[in-house]
Amino acid sequence: MPALRIENLAKTFPLKKPLFGAAAPGVRAVRPVSFDVETGETLGVVGESGCGKSTLARMLVGLLEPTEGHIEIEGRALDTADPAAFGKLIQYVFQDPNSSLNPRKTIRQVMEAPLKRLHRMPRPERDARISEIFASVNLREEFLDRYPHEFSGGQAQRIGIARALAANPRIMILDEPVSALDVSVQAQVLNLLADLKEKFGLTYLFITHDLAVVEAVSDRIVVLYFGSVVEIGKAESIFANPRHPYTKLLADSAPVVGRPLTAPEQKGSELPDPLNPPPGCAFAGRCPRATDLCRTHVPELREMGEDQLAACHHPIED
Amino acid sequence: MGGYILKRLISAIPVLLGITIIVFLIMSLIPGDPATAILGSYATPENVAKINRDLGLDKPLVQRYFIWLSNMLTGDFGRSYSLNRPVIDEVLERFNATLILAGTAFVLCSVLGILAGVVSAARQYGFADKAITFVVLIGISVPSFFLGMMMILLFAVNLRWLPVSGMFAIYGGGDLPDLIRHLIMPSLALAAVATGVIARLSRSAMLEVLRQDYIRTARAKGVHERRVIMDHALRAAMVSIIPVLGIQAGFVLSGAVYIEIVFQWPGVGRMLVDAILTRDLLLVQGGVVFVAACYVMFNIAVDVAQGLLDPRIKT
Amino acid sequence: MTAFLKLLFRNRLAAMGAVVLTAILILVLITPLLPLQNPDATATADRFKRPFTEGYLLGTDHLGRDLASRLLHGTRLSLAVGVVAALIAATIGSAIGIVAGYFGGRTDNIIMRGVDMLMAFPYILLALAIVAALGPGLMNALIAVAAVNVPFFARNIRGITVGLAGREFIDAARLAGMGHTRIILTELLPNVLPVIIIAMSTTVGWMILETAGLSFLGLGSQPPQADLGSMLGEARSALISHPHTSIVPGIMIFLIVMSINLLGDGVRDALDPRLRSGALSRPRATTLVERAGDIPAATDDLLAIQNLETQFHVGKRIYRAVGGVSLAVKPGECLGVIGESGSGKSVTALSVMGLVASPPGVITGGAVRFQGEDLIGAPYESLRRKRGDRVAYIFQDPLSTLHPLYRVGEQLAEAIRSHHKLGKAEGRARAVQLLKDVRIPNAESRIDDYPHEMSGGMRQRVGIAMALANEPDVIIADEPTTALDVTVQAQILSLLDDLRRERGLAIIFITHDFGVVAQLCDRVAVMYAGRIVEEGPTRAVLDAPAHPYTRRLIACVPELGGGRRALAAIPGLPPAVDDLPSGCAFAPRCDKARESCRAGDIPLAGTHPRAVRCLYPEEAV
Repeated sequence: MPALRIENLAKTFPLKKPLFGAAAPGVRAVRPVSFDVETGETLGVVGESGCGKSTLARMLVGLLEPTEGHIEIEGRALDTADPAAFGKLIQYVFQDPNSSLNPRKTIRQVMEAPLKRLHRMPRPERDARISEIFASVNLREEFLDRYPHEFSGGQAQRIGIARALAANPRIMILDEPVSALDVSVQAQVLNLLADLKEKFGLTYLFITHDLAVVEAVSDRIVVLYFGSVVEIGKAESIFANPRHPYTKLLADSAPVVGRPLTAPEQKGSELPDPLNPPPGCAFAGRCPRATDLCRTHVPELREMGEDQLAACHHPIED
Repeated sequence: MGGYILKRLISAIPVLLGITIIVFLIMSLIPGDPATAILGSYATPENVAKINRDLGLDKPLVQRYFIWLSNMLTGDFGRSYSLNRPVIDEVLERFNATLILAGTAFVLCSVLGILAGVVSAARQYGFADKAITFVVLIGISVPSFFLGMMMILLFAVNLRWLPVSGMFAIYGGGDLPDLIRHLIMPSLALAAVATGVIARLSRSAMLEVLRQDYIRTARAKGVHERRVIMDHALRAAMVSIIPVLGIQAGFVLSGAVYIEIVFQWPGVGRMLVDAILTRDLLLVQGGVVFVAACYVMFNIAVDVAQGLLDPRIKT
Repeated sequence: MTAFLKLLFRNRLAAMGAVVLTAILILVLITPLLPLQNPDATATADRFKRPFTEGYLLGTDHLGRDLASRLLHGTRLSLAVGVVAALIAATIGSAIGIVAGYFGGRTDNIIMRGVDMLMAFPYILLALAIVAALGPGLMNALIAVAAVNVPFFARNIRGITVGLAGREFIDAARLAGMGHTRIILTELLPNVLPVIIIAMSTTVGWMILETAGLSFLGLGSQPPQADLGSMLGEARSALISHPHTSIVPGIMIFLIVMSINLLGDGVRDALDPRLRSGALSRPRATTLVERAGDIPAATDDLLAIQNLETQFHVGKRIYRAVGGVSLAVKPGECLGVIGESGSGKSVTALSVMGLVASPPGVITGGAVRFQGEDLIGAPYESLRRKRGDRVAYIFQDPLSTLHPLYRVGEQLAEAIRSHHKLGKAEGRARAVQLLKDVRIPNAESRIDDYPHEMSGGMRQRVGIAMALANEPDVIIADEPTTALDVTVQAQILSLLDDLRRERGLAIIFITHDFGVVAQLCDRVAVMYAGRIVEEGPTRAVLDAPAHPYTRRLIACVPELGGGRRALAAIPGLPPAVDDLPSGCAFAPRCDKARESCRAGDIPLAGTHPRAVRCLYPEEAV
């Protein structure tokens, strides 16, 4: 049984009805997406701005109600938008550590909320649990009575991780957890996350736009483009042997020391218009391999080689 | 642009209906029997019944509202008991006087307020800024009716520069210079508070804008500082100043009530106060709806101006 | 709380307001104890006595009543009514605003429609209608004033709440299992409360004025009871013959409202963190210069930054953002400046053309020479002539750095027009050509776009086109691709690279990304805590970093193709630049640090072109 299974999960944001005429069909932020996350796995989700990765994450923790599809956590279906029901099983670490802490609450108050509300834990147990968690994220207990503005970004992010851990979840959604941090601090947090996973037997869904980071931390990687999964594969091979042209474009665009500067793409790099999406493959407009088939028919995700799936009519062969 | 104006005009319809509903509901709060209030000591049972019939007060609330509304749409606002003439005639005549007074004050406070705000921001912490801040503080703290009274004492009674009150001189007046002479004090007294508010807001809007990255870009391009302030910054600041002008127009219109009393200006505000004191409720009702409707239309003009200025709005 | 009061009373005007208001409040509170006459006792024989008459300190009114007594009792009444109205309006309005802002959607829509309806009235019409319906009287005036102010609070507080409700800590609270009521009461309210207090303290004076106004019209307090407004109203008929009866209550209203306004502004300034940090200062046209020490001599570089020191003076604290940086570029060269946030790299870049926001920025030492001429402390006009013409900038976030209200074509033409005479048609043609130079498709039509109509990558191309407009000698690019997606970044970088080769541009490229530096720059300088710790040809520095910081920073950066791995990390944090340690700033985090590292200033040393600021470098340079 996978830790997390999503089936045809999709989100459409309705548009405001215009004064005259019928309402527009709405913006499809996430098109039907399906994948499993195995217990103990780190699944990386990578994509550029506007690809729907944050919308997906918010659905997975119940902050946003899916328009269609199912979410299953360890065999239990959770399809409602009720974060309290999700909270004990799946928790969320936010991108901006400072914005995710209430500026007018002490860290202790922040840490106590999930223990009180989700686990109804009495006071002495709470204190013991908080000490335990703080020790495991390498934070000193004297921080507990301070306010968020006294912490640096890296410390605040550790507090955010500690809060998520307090709920004792099985799965953690990490939404760009290191994007707001400097590289020297970023490494501290990434290593901490790896330790915690081992210690608590957690399953991670790691969302980021940074290819190097996602490759360094993930077992498998999902590539999103314009709300759809375009490719899924093993972390060690997906960027080296991409099947989907978009994955290849991403990999070629990342600045790498020792690789000469090239513009891998000379065409316009604009995302399709979400209000007026193209009928076929969303990437066709930018794709050097696109044919008429691509412009009319949406490609399905299908098996391509070992443990690799891609949604492309003309995948890149070895 | 035409489409945008049309859209705003259409969106005004529910607001206008809302206004009539609110006024109608407030007026139906009146404790006791309005007919008795209107008739005072003439309230014999026959008279009361007649008034109730005339005013349609014997019908249910919803029906009364629609009768009143449809009458208004045909220009029939009812008849004023105290003045014994149609409400609409009186309101139109009085509103004209108010418009002259409030319009002048509005132009004054917009121009002076924005100018003061811009100078203040451009010379932040300098002498001009401190002087303006001080004057503005006094302006927003002194009640306009008291300011008006003090102006009368100083300029009319002691210095004899300007007429004490009224809109025209009783003998030999009536021309434009005469009107202007009568207009100076009341319009200044009326504009004082709004000028202060607009100046403060313009100052903080300018300061906010001057910190933006695009101002740094303009400077990095080598745009001259005068142009940075008067063009780049002011235009962006106007985006937040214009809505406040709309709100302040409402305050000027409100303040006109006091000023009309102090300066015996024959405007709609004085009419309303008199009507309340004589319990001439139809006149109050008609006056309030009419002025509020005009204010709604003015605010649409403000919105359109905002749309012209800011391309991000027209969607 | 004590910090708040201290801040409040540091503001002298607010303190003055507080003193006046406290005096009035004390007077009003002890009024019943004072040996005053009955305020309503008439004595027609003594009417219109002038102030300072025997037995009547402030004189008498038209019925011979003692003005001093009436004034104090009237003030009591006015203050009480104004404050109660403000409390009622704030409570109801804020509750409505919080509910609308938190729940959003349909709830918000319906509530705000209602609020808009109420705000569609000039406020006094609504107040008059309410008073007309309820009848004149002080209680009814209070209800009217409170009612017309509810929408103002509701709208104001809703705006704040919407902003807060979108913040991540609200999501976090929901994930912690908190319900809506609990979130509103424990997460939102403590954050909204300061705004409510600010709104109240800035409007209570106004509400006192409004109730006084209704009483002035005869619609508020009814005789013989008098508040300040009705005193003024009754005195109006005797304004010309006996002005003191008007002046006395008028001045009292003025004093009350002004002291409340002063105090209210002080409260706002003390509670608003943005104002507290002095962020609302207007940046000057050029950075302030207060240079001490020698000015370095000219060199033959195209652009040379020499021993530059830039500081931020905030209150008593001094942040040494740039502590003696020297850099130089030659024509056609691309120099990378790399560092983490707070290392001073952007401030260095902005100091060149005096664009560091000032206050709080001050350039306190060194020189910036363009073709030998010192730009620091140069007259405004000579600096302006070079800005954008000889030395141009490209900034980070293209959405916030382009003016939102001008078409991109106008902004491009303006860049040229600031330095050269240019006709309208010619300006347009030049702008089109510039857009073509940065490979924007359909340049002829996109020139009429507003910045918000373009994508991030296109906007940054406009930013680059603007920098190229006058064919400058040097371009300073401050993290120009940080806000962009990786595929767009690749295009922008290759565009910049082509342009500099075609035009022989010198580029100073500020970034935090080693990959970008490696691909674009000939030389690189590494900054830490406001100083350069290492510099040299890019390849040499990346292959064999000499400073421990550089070496360990490179090790922290995951690189694509490296596979799954644990990353090296640097323990600790960069030092705060207002509290720099003596000696090497990296010493507290460095595993090679010894006593000598902390002793004194360490020079940047090495053989050209490499240099390192370390006593025990990883490589000899």
